[in-house]
Amino acid sequence: MPWGEFKDTAAERRLFQRRTLVMMILVVISLGLLIARMYQLQVVEHDIYTTLSDKNRVQVQSVAPPRGLIYDRNDQLLAENRPVFSVTLVPERVGDMEETLAKLHRMLDISDEDMERFRRRLLEPRRPFQELPLRYDLTEQEIARLAVHRHELPGVEVSAELVRYYPHSELTAHALGYVGRINREELQRIDPINYAGTNYIGKSGVERFYEELLHGRVGYEHVETNARGRTLRVLERQNPVPGEDIRLHMDLRLQRLAHELLDGRRGAIIAIEPSSGGILALASVPGFDANQFVTGIGVEAYRSLSESIDRPLFNRALRGQYPPGSTLKPMLAVAALDSGVTTREKTIWDPGYFQLKEGGRRYRNWKRTGHGWVNLMDSMAQSTDTYFYQVGVEMGIDTMHEYLSAFGFGEDATLDVSGALSGLLPSKDWKRAVHNEPWYPGDSVNLGIGQGYMLATPLQLATATSVIANRGSWHEPRLLRDVMGDRATDDVLPSGTHKSIELKNQGDWEFIVDTMEAVMHGSKGTARGAAKDAPYRMAGKTGTAQVFSLAEDEEYEEEEVRERLRDHALFVGFAPVDDPQIAVAVIVENGGSGSGTAAPVARALFDAWLLGFPEEGEALIVGEPEEGAN
Amino acid sequence: MAAGGIFNHSATHPLSRSRGIWSALHIDPLLMLLLLILIAGGLVVLYSGADQNMAVVKAQGIRMGIALAVMLVFAQFDPAVFRRWAPWLYALGLAGLIAVLLVGVGAKGAQRWLAIPGLPRFQPSELMKLVVPMMVAWYLSRHYLPPRLRHLGVALLVALVPMVLIILQPDLGTSLLVGAAGVFAVFFAGISWRLIGAFFAMVSVTAPLMWFFGMREYQKQRVLTLLDPQSDPLGAGWNIMQSKTAIGSGGMDGKGWLQGTQSHLEFLPESHTDFIVAVLAEEFGFIGVLALLVLYLLIILRCLYIAATAQDSFSRLLAGALTMTFFLYVFVNVGMVSGLLPVVGVPLPLVSFGGTSSVTLMAAFGVLMSIQTHRRMITA
Repeated sequence: MPWGEFKDTAAERRLFQRRTLVMMILVVISLGLLIARMYQLQVVEHDIYTTLSDKNRVQVQSVAPPRGLIYDRNDQLLAENRPVFSVTLVPERVGDMEETLAKLHRMLDISDEDMERFRRRLLEPRRPFQELPLRYDLTEQEIARLAVHRHELPGVEVSAELVRYYPHSELTAHALGYVGRINREELQRIDPINYAGTNYIGKSGVERFYEELLHGRVGYEHVETNARGRTLRVLERQNPVPGEDIRLHMDLRLQRLAHELLDGRRGAIIAIEPSSGGILALASVPGFDANQFVTGIGVEAYRSLSESIDRPLFNRALRGQYPPGSTLKPMLAVAALDSGVTTREKTIWDPGYFQLKEGGRRYRNWKRTGHGWVNLMDSMAQSTDTYFYQVGVEMGIDTMHEYLSAFGFGEDATLDVSGALSGLLPSKDWKRAVHNEPWYPGDSVNLGIGQGYMLATPLQLATATSVIANRGSWHEPRLLRDVMGDRATDDVLPSGTHKSIELKNQGDWEFIVDTMEAVMHGSKGTARGAAKDAPYRMAGKTGTAQVFSLAEDEEYEEEEVRERLRDHALFVGFAPVDDPQIAVAVIVENGGSGSGTAAPVARALFDAWLLGFPEEGEALIVGEPEEGAN
Repeated sequence: MAAGGIFNHSATHPLSRSRGIWSALHIDPLLMLLLLILIAGGLVVLYSGADQNMAVVKAQGIRMGIALAVMLVFAQFDPAVFRRWAPWLYALGLAGLIAVLLVGVGAKGAQRWLAIPGLPRFQPSELMKLVVPMMVAWYLSRHYLPPRLRHLGVALLVALVPMVLIILQPDLGTSLLVGAAGVFAVFFAGISWRLIGAFFAMVSVTAPLMWFFGMREYQKQRVLTLLDPQSDPLGAGWNIMQSKTAIGSGGMDGKGWLQGTQSHLEFLPESHTDFIVAVLAEEFGFIGVLALLVLYLLIILRCLYIAATAQDSFSRLLAGALTMTFFLYVFVNVGMVSGLLPVVGVPLPLVSFGGTSSVTLMAAFGVLMSIQTHRRMITA
């Protein structure tokens, strides 16, 4: 059929052209509609979408301030910050958590402990979009491997983080404490703004006490991120204010020596500079490596530390509460003299025991045969218990309580030592409240030789000794020597509240010091062996504390039990006598006698501090320990 | 209305001298110019949308070169050739669609491609965008226009069969475009307004039925998402929210070329394919969008002019249907990206990255140029 031949082509064309006109109108209207829509989005609602677009790409990120460093008195670094590369996950951005973890497990060496710790953190409350670390200390190879697979791991980042590191942690853990990841309770307590970028907080020790000072002020960054949450560039930055660096009174050399002196044993050493109250050494042995607590210790490692029979986590120097025994006698001697119960000249007969009344219970001197006629000087030098039983009874609890309180017993007298305990200074009220019994004269007898209810920490003993070294003036024990930045040390260090002890006869201080000197240098002094050939004069007092019982539910080897039932060896002292540079308290758990075990340790510390630290390989203990004395 | 109609075309056109050269090459210079501007501008936007990946731009440039070549080849044929071949091409297209359903290859749960050894992979459904209007035009132009109801039924069936086959792939977007091409041809043929009214009445009745029985879950989801993008901000609504944000944040004069944060920071999905107009809107602002839409409008008006001045019914119907299909691309794509229409996989013609549709579109422009340049020197 020839096309269009029999058709009204003109009519068809007109019809088509009318339809085309309709379509043109349709097209113009439709495209006009699109233009109107675009105008609405781009001009009318422009501000809304600009905000949305900026919210998409610009994120405010907090920048954690670098934590202040901690130095010893000789500017040896004790706590620093090391960059550590860790792989972190932002749960909000991770699509399939299980799949992601499985992938990472194939790529990296992730221990069960890492995994378990991560899952625990996943369940804990946290800030939105907080990075949760999965593994720390990535190797360069691992970082490279992650970079290659980065696109298939949304929400996974390699982050460089400054992590606290303690270069001498085994020595300093008990003194400095440590930081750890912020936990649930701390999250409630801290300022959420200032800690917005911070993952670590001081858990104990100096790190805890000076948290505010060491932490600094948070900074901010406006960063541009892409749709997968990767940071592309920094648009704006407000730098954080770094934490203040601080310097402690501690001397790392003395701290190390203290650890070496107690090596293989359990015990504590506190050394204080009497003129300032500065703590030169604070050793609790065995120590532990606090670095493993910083990034989170594994359950196994923690169990082995916490369940060890040697209790390395236990801070004996601050929290070990021991019967002070004879090391309390110098303070009791001060009390007896000043209260008028005894005089320098007064003598008593020591038959080897003391009785409250004829035929009553015999309180024994450590030397069964007795010391014969003895005055206060003799009783201090030889540690005659009988003399102190008597003055104890004659003073009575109220007097002893008053004087011992003045020396800082029964309270935490420290300025900035976090976690220090108060010990136990008994009183009539205390006994009534706790035991519902009156104070018996026999209680005073026991207290006269530092036994009975009385408990004191090594730090308290060192503090009281330091007060004697200062002839009564108080300088509360403190760790902080100075703040190295802008802040004034006085602003951050609490001020002391203790008043100097004024004796009726201030000359009695010299006499008490003389009696302590006799302990070291007298012909009958219990610690004369430890002081032998010393080119300077020292003052001290030995002591022995009985061990009553062990925790019953712990199963110890029989040999160990016997060893652990031995008495604790104690010593307090200072040197040089006329210008005290160092006051110490030493306790060696189950060490036997104070004179044989603890006094030589103190001598080594004195020698090091006053004469110079021993060279590598040099004998630490000098002098001749006296056997048999208490 | 005067004889000769609204659109007068005569051999004594002022441009007839220069037209001679273009006529010999079978190129419509004005349409050619507009298309080249569109393609060149599209490549500039694509460079940004593809995140400055030159390889993508090169690949698209090569494709556009091929498409232009295809257009020129098509332009050389006399429209009568298309008319003669229409039934055979239609049969071939149907066979291809059936083959796709049986042995086709594809991705993302849809079989769209036919991989015949020795030939490049192609989508028979793309071919149908050309062939269905050809076939409808062929059929209707054999009879008196306006068509009778019987002829209308057959013409709609011609469009409906490939539509159904394409929906089965499933490819809703292409199916709608193919069907629309047929419907446009019917409209141009002069279907009565009463029937058009009846058609829309029928659609409004069948739409709910389609919703409950005909549409797949992901298709329903797209419609629901359109109505409330915020209901699923991380899932299906994400695309719409992000493209609206890109467009809106562009403002009047845009953020500048390569400065779009939505696209370059990967918030905008499919930024170099279906959503490329959002990149343009973000970087060149309302002014850029306006320029693009005006360019499209000029192309469409030129093509409708060609259709209106074509010499026979087949050419008119075919030219009109192809032009309106091109328009539908633009409207559906921009409407979808700006959140007016549900998300259907329709590219922005000649700008979005992608091969087959560009070649088909340029082939259609080849057909239009053929119609414009193969005129017999008789006045109707």
